[in-house]
Amino acid sequence: MFHRESGVFKTTYAADMALYPLPIAKWTVIALAALFVLIIPLTVHEYYLSILNLIFIAIVGALGLNILVGYTGQISIGHGAFMSVGAYTAANLAVRLGLPFWLTLPAGGLMAALIGVIVGMPSLRIKGLYLAIATLAGQLIIEWTINHVPAISGGAQASIEVDRPSLFGFSFATQGHLYFFLLFFAVLAIVATLNLVRSRIGRAFVAVRDQDIAAEIIGINIYRYKLLAFAISSFYAGVCGVLYTYYFGIANYEQFQLVVSIDYLAMIIIGGLGSVLGSILGAIFVTLLPIAIRIFMEDVGALFFSSAEMANVISGLRLGVFGGLIIFFLIVEPEGLNRLWRNIRSYFRVWPFSY
Amino acid sequence: MTRFGKSVLGIAATTAVLAVGGAQAFAQSKEVVFGLQCDRTGPTAPVGTVLCPGYQDYIALVNSKGGVEGYKIKVLEIDNEYKVPPAMEAHERFNKEGAVVEFVYGTPQAAALGKKLEEDKILGTTPGFGTSAAADGKRFPYIFPIAASYWSQAGAAVEFVKEKLGTLKGKKIAYLFYDNPAGKEPLAVLEELAKSEGFELRTFAVPAPGLEMGAQVLDITGRFKPDFIIAHLFGRSPSVSIKELKGKGYPLSKVISLVWGSAEADIIAAGGMGIAEGYNTLQFAGVGKDFPVLKEIEAMYKAQGKPAPKEMDSTVYYNRGVLSAALHVEAVRNAIKAKGGAAPTGEDVKKGMESIKGFTLGGFVPPMELSPTDHEGGGWVQIWTVKGGKLVKVKDWFQGYRPVIQKQVAADASKS
Repeated sequence: MFHRESGVFKTTYAADMALYPLPIAKWTVIALAALFVLIIPLTVHEYYLSILNLIFIAIVGALGLNILVGYTGQISIGHGAFMSVGAYTAANLAVRLGLPFWLTLPAGGLMAALIGVIVGMPSLRIKGLYLAIATLAGQLIIEWTINHVPAISGGAQASIEVDRPSLFGFSFATQGHLYFFLLFFAVLAIVATLNLVRSRIGRAFVAVRDQDIAAEIIGINIYRYKLLAFAISSFYAGVCGVLYTYYFGIANYEQFQLVVSIDYLAMIIIGGLGSVLGSILGAIFVTLLPIAIRIFMEDVGALFFSSAEMANVISGLRLGVFGGLIIFFLIVEPEGLNRLWRNIRSYFRVWPFSY
Repeated sequence: MTRFGKSVLGIAATTAVLAVGGAQAFAQSKEVVFGLQCDRTGPTAPVGTVLCPGYQDYIALVNSKGGVEGYKIKVLEIDNEYKVPPAMEAHERFNKEGAVVEFVYGTPQAAALGKKLEEDKILGTTPGFGTSAAADGKRFPYIFPIAASYWSQAGAAVEFVKEKLGTLKGKKIAYLFYDNPAGKEPLAVLEELAKSEGFELRTFAVPAPGLEMGAQVLDITGRFKPDFIIAHLFGRSPSVSIKELKGKGYPLSKVISLVWGSAEADIIAAGGMGIAEGYNTLQFAGVGKDFPVLKEIEAMYKAQGKPAPKEMDSTVYYNRGVLSAALHVEAVRNAIKAKGGAAPTGEDVKKGMESIKGFTLGGFVPPMELSPTDHEGGGWVQIWTVKGGKLVKVKDWFQGYRPVIQKQVAADASKS
């Protein structure tokens, strides 16, 4: 009843092609923008802002992986390596050449895109599980290369310290400043992905995913679009790595190992393959779940366990609940949180007339 | 069930998990908060599941005796799964709760949190791991190795080898290590000592996860045939190395392992203490249960009517947890005393830690001396060897090539 789709008439093509043509969607976006830009940073404690910062960076990475896996259907477990490529590129440029973040960030992304194209070349010949193993090889080779080439890694410790990002002399130092810094890039990534999947390239990606032979027959150059998918996805991953670097103040490949690639795959599977909202929800869910379990157990678990046992219980419970929830989602709703949301939305779209 | 019903169930399940519980407990008036990061579920879980109970038990012991100078200690333990984003979130949580000291767990985590610890003025300790250059208290004011760093361990290992072989000139030493930054740390010191002492050093890297080293061990025992092996492995790797070396017939008495390959758990996993006769280990905390502080912890458990926890049997890691807790408590004690009984802040605890001298806890803790410029305390280690099925102390607290290590720390400082 709040959602009115009738009586909304567009008089220009531009208005019709807008991202949010319905008034309710426009108002929701404005409300969310107000919430995240004005209300949250001013009222919420720094600790919660730090959690949101981690979520924003994860959103960028998850969006990139969803473009590749969800929209183009190319399975990749090399996402973590592309992040470390972006991270080390940006860190080296920042430290050796003293470049500011608005140059190192795109540079890191482009370098990651280049490496992504190289790692993605097997996708032109193989699909599915075989491609997953090929990208796993890419992940391990990139890790090994960074570990063994001191010119990239900056020495035995393989850590390069970078200063906090600064713009016109203002340095983003506290969690609050970094919140806005990361919010900007998260929003940029979301808007870019929303537009990408609506565009010609996005439709080509979906065609490649659904039936790549049919796509080739109707004239889509699948080689070009598969490599483009890898490039764009790796660009997002590179940017995500650069954001991690600026957030922690240090670039270290041990932060981006295989387990991180698997984490991001879990994010998009739980969130929903092939949807932007799915990436966002998945990133929020996977980042927040361990924290939520811990907070929940700290309050409720004190009734059942002593504090010495609690630590063990919480860690074990986190693993168990995580795995259990993944299984639960894949059984109840294989298409992820995104589908759950769409179901609720479509119910209320015609409420109270569900027929 | 209808489709809508299923969706609602799904959302309800999600919300139920994400529901935040009731109000947080208010901090009591005389309380200090310690932060403990742990890895109970990641690759170093064998260490974390024993070390963190050790830490918690010592704090429980101190609390049972009335706390530190009248302040009860509240320990917040957060599992960081050996990943960096949870470690950062854990640190922010500790910051929110007003922690004054933090046990950082893991070398990449220590690197990532270094700047944040300084900004938030919470002191972080990295005993036996982390950046060796952090011994320089001026460069890293809020990071405290408080135990022999990797460089000091390497120096001590070479000193022990020298003692065992009589001289180092012309000898061959193999360095078997885990191929990641922590494993490569000691290389700087080893290469320096190889030049100055005249021994031939060859390095053998074991790629992650370190469970397969047949080729490297064959290379060492078959071709290089060294006079001694210095092993720097961690996680599940040390037990594999013991098995492989034993399998190739290399005498384990010619092997010395740095601190993270030195636990009973590793030796038992390799086939039991009986087969690893002669295996030399470097330790930075006392080993075994024969210490007054451990007996007090056992007595505390007995007074509660519970048996001593089984983690106490894995004495190497358990004692390292107790050591860290003891040093944290001592630092806070110094801070409270210096403030005349007032609640300490992170800066006060930092000064308190820097003034720790002569705190040995009955031989459990080395005779370390921390200062504003030396956050390592001297790099003291002991050597314990497997003899007759258990670890026996062979060399009491000593420092190996301290001047070389100090020169390395200074050189690293001048490079940055």
